[in-house]
Amino acid sequence: MLEELYEEIILDHYRRPRNKGKVDPSDIAAHGSNPLCGDEVDISARFQDGRIVELKFDGKGCAICTASASIMTQKLIGKTLPEARQLIGSFLNMMRGETSFGGKEMGDLKALEGVLKFPVRVKCATLAWNTTLQGFQQHTDKQS
Amino acid sequence: MIEVLDGVELEEIRDDFPLLQQKVHGKPLVYFDNAATSQKPRVVIDAMNDYYQRYNANVHRGIHALAERATKEYERAREKIAKFINAPSPESVIYTRGTTESINLVAYSWAMTNLKKGDEILTTFMEHHSNTVPWYQVCERTGAVIKRIELNPDGTLRLDDLDKLITDRTKLVTVTQQSNVLGTINPVRQIADAAHKRGAVVLVDGAQSVPHMAVDVQALDCDFFVFSGHKMCGPTASGVLYGKRALLEAMPPFMGGGEMIREVWFDHATYNDLPYKFEAGTPNIAESIGLGVAVDYLSHVGMDKIRQHEKQITQYALDRMREFPEITVYGPKDVEKRGGLVAFTLGDVHAHDIATFADEDGVAIRAGHHCAMPLHKKLGLAATARASFYLYNTREEVDVFIEMLHKAKKFFGACPTGRAMGY
Repeated sequence: MLEELYEEIILDHYRRPRNKGKVDPSDIAAHGSNPLCGDEVDISARFQDGRIVELKFDGKGCAICTASASIMTQKLIGKTLPEARQLIGSFLNMMRGETSFGGKEMGDLKALEGVLKFPVRVKCATLAWNTTLQGFQQHTDKQS
Repeated sequence: MIEVLDGVELEEIRDDFPLLQQKVHGKPLVYFDNAATSQKPRVVIDAMNDYYQRYNANVHRGIHALAERATKEYERAREKIAKFINAPSPESVIYTRGTTESINLVAYSWAMTNLKKGDEILTTFMEHHSNTVPWYQVCERTGAVIKRIELNPDGTLRLDDLDKLITDRTKLVTVTQQSNVLGTINPVRQIADAAHKRGAVVLVDGAQSVPHMAVDVQALDCDFFVFSGHKMCGPTASGVLYGKRALLEAMPPFMGGGEMIREVWFDHATYNDLPYKFEAGTPNIAESIGLGVAVDYLSHVGMDKIRQHEKQITQYALDRMREFPEITVYGPKDVEKRGGLVAFTLGDVHAHDIATFADEDGVAIRAGHHCAMPLHKKLGLAATARASFYLYNTREEVDVFIEMLHKAKKFFGACPTGRAMGY
């Protein structure tokens, strides 16, 4: 059963996280934590012509948290803000079990499906995504 | 000659705990999360069932036979608990739902009444949130400030400048007898003496000590002593506040309601005597009776024997954990100075991943900051994994735990990291 949680793709993103660090200067910067378990993540991003051109994460997290953040950065870079929000929304729905995971077209994201069998770890997988959403909200609030 | 638990006795003890006889994910359960809560022996579960099945009634209220029996058992448990911690009288033992409620009672009743702007509360960096957050609330309301005793690199308290830290403004010194992360056993008598010289009141958090060692509140000379029943083979929502009588008598009630009054008029009330003044409403009757039986159980085994057993298990765990260059253990190396728990990191592998790995092998450990975020911030860590032992744990279980760590290390490819406070 552990193999379903720690898929090869997850372990790869955990051992070699993509887009780890800080975007500087950045348009958004948000901090998120899971107070019960000690996962912490910082998200920073830069927009250009309405698209996310740089998105990085930093912090101390478990394998699931780190891999999920890493996969997320790959999925969101190049997206517009509405597109990114939509993708995050549908991922969070899947992690709540409200909609089912897609197939191969999801790419590395599909590897996170196994987390659903470990309910206590779902919040690890969603931390970076929720934090990014928060960052987007702060960005929108600033502009309005 | 120090008595230890031999093989036969240990097996008998394990048989007393129904929950231990099960498999988790197909593997025999190894329960190493005793600092969070302990398992309950059959006698405690039976005592609570017996109350509900044969003499459930409210206490101190009825004239009928059931009420009389319930009251008798409820008060008999108080006497046993008082004796267990060597409190001078049962009246100085107040039933609460646990350590958190006991500390909040002192914070809201004693501290809110007696502290003012500029007063100081001295505490440590190794306190549980339950011995931290209530004092933040007191400071917000009264204007008092928090000061902390520093840590030595080995996880003990730096007490060489204690006399300078305690000033005439220090009104309260509040300290844990045993850290739930570092395992450090603190010299609370020495701290109490220094505090009393300046007229400060001393609260000792015994949540992690009372379950594991003989405690004598008069020998510690603390003014308040608090602990939970659920970590010492007792039920959840059972617990105790012990206080020196003069202090308790001078304190206003914490909560108002039935039981805590003497007479109620149209606009005021007079209050009941100790300990009832602090036990408003129908109390946790079944739980307190259960705690009394837990105390009997632990006394029957012997607290010195339990402490000795845990020292041996902890020493064995520490020795075996040295097989890993990647493991950093926090707190004192010497088992004389630490209790039966080990918080650690395995290289850069997150505690969460270790705990999930452990669970798959039937090993229950804790991962996270263990309700001690200030300590983890001080150590520069987001989380640690923690194995905590009790009287029913065995060396063979430590072997299963170590084997699991070897697998986790291989799986995640742990890299050693240097840590300032561990070894």
